[in-house]
Amino acid sequence: MHVPDGFLDAPTSLATAAVAAAAIGIALRGARRELDDRIAPLAGLVATFVFATQMLNFPVAGGTSGHLMGGALAAILVGPYTGLLCLTVVLVVQSLLFADGGITALGTNVVLMGIVTVVVGWVGFRAAQLVLPKRLSMVAPAAALGAAASVVASAATFVVLYSVGGVIAIPFDTLLTAMVSVHTVIGLGEAAITFLVVASIVSVRPDLVHGARRVLVVRELETRLVAS
Amino acid sequence: MKRISTRTVLVVGLLVALALAGFLSFHASSSPDGLNRVATDLGFAEAETASATQDGPLAGYDLAGVDHGRLSGGLAGVIGCLAVLGLMSVLVLVRQRSPRPARTRGE
Repeated sequence: MHVPDGFLDAPTSLATAAVAAAAIGIALRGARRELDDRIAPLAGLVATFVFATQMLNFPVAGGTSGHLMGGALAAILVGPYTGLLCLTVVLVVQSLLFADGGITALGTNVVLMGIVTVVVGWVGFRAAQLVLPKRLSMVAPAAALGAAASVVASAATFVVLYSVGGVIAIPFDTLLTAMVSVHTVIGLGEAAITFLVVASIVSVRPDLVHGARRVLVVRELETRLVAS
Repeated sequence: MKRISTRTVLVVGLLVALALAGFLSFHASSSPDGLNRVATDLGFAEAETASATQDGPLAGYDLAGVDHGRLSGGLAGVIGCLAVLGLMSVLVLVRQRSPRPARTRGE
């Protein structure tokens, strides 16, 4: 869903760039706490994996394709702050080297595919974790729910931005219906990929998954109680 | 059960990423993505202006000067992976530099 140059007017692009810059500043501070000895080595891999997977457009209905956005996946694997840094690096490289997503639209793309997918993906994941049983096997399903929600939220946020600064006027409801319906299908793909990746890593090294830590802590406490 | 080392996870993960970007990307759908399709259908695709990096050597995920389509795209993917890995690693190193959080100093 890379927004090209020209879709949004200059004031809107400047505003999203300011929001993106502020969020990156917050993420740089927050990442310091997340980047411990276990997570730090993984951050580069997660960014690289998101970049690679974003190249893999999968077909959705009627001659349309979609690809992983990856904000939810990154947030769950390495934490939301580091996750936003991963997505930002991916979007900067795509924009500067590959002309994928505009230069003046870079702030917009960081907002849509970085901030919104990371925040909604992470909050959706945590909310699902609160409702689902506190087991390791529930980490991947919770991740999938967060991932699906993140894509729809990103599409809806684009519609809001477009209603403020779209260069060619399109009725809000028409655009919302079109964007949300196609991205609901793309969200299912996002959920499937996120589920597969999170489930794979949880099955071999759950301690390397940031979002699995609370569940691991619960398990350790139970073990101690039984031992005493 | 033998515990899989972090190094193994990193190496396997990286190889998977390189394989996805270098090989599988060739088989990715070339249909317009959700936003581009909606932009075309609703008539605001024409507002798009060319990116300043449109003429760069990697623009459009094809390495300039390599005529073989599959090789050109695959190499572009691998170069992109390495660029992302390098940039993110630098960012992590900078963030990690002080092992002790600065705020404990004043307490």
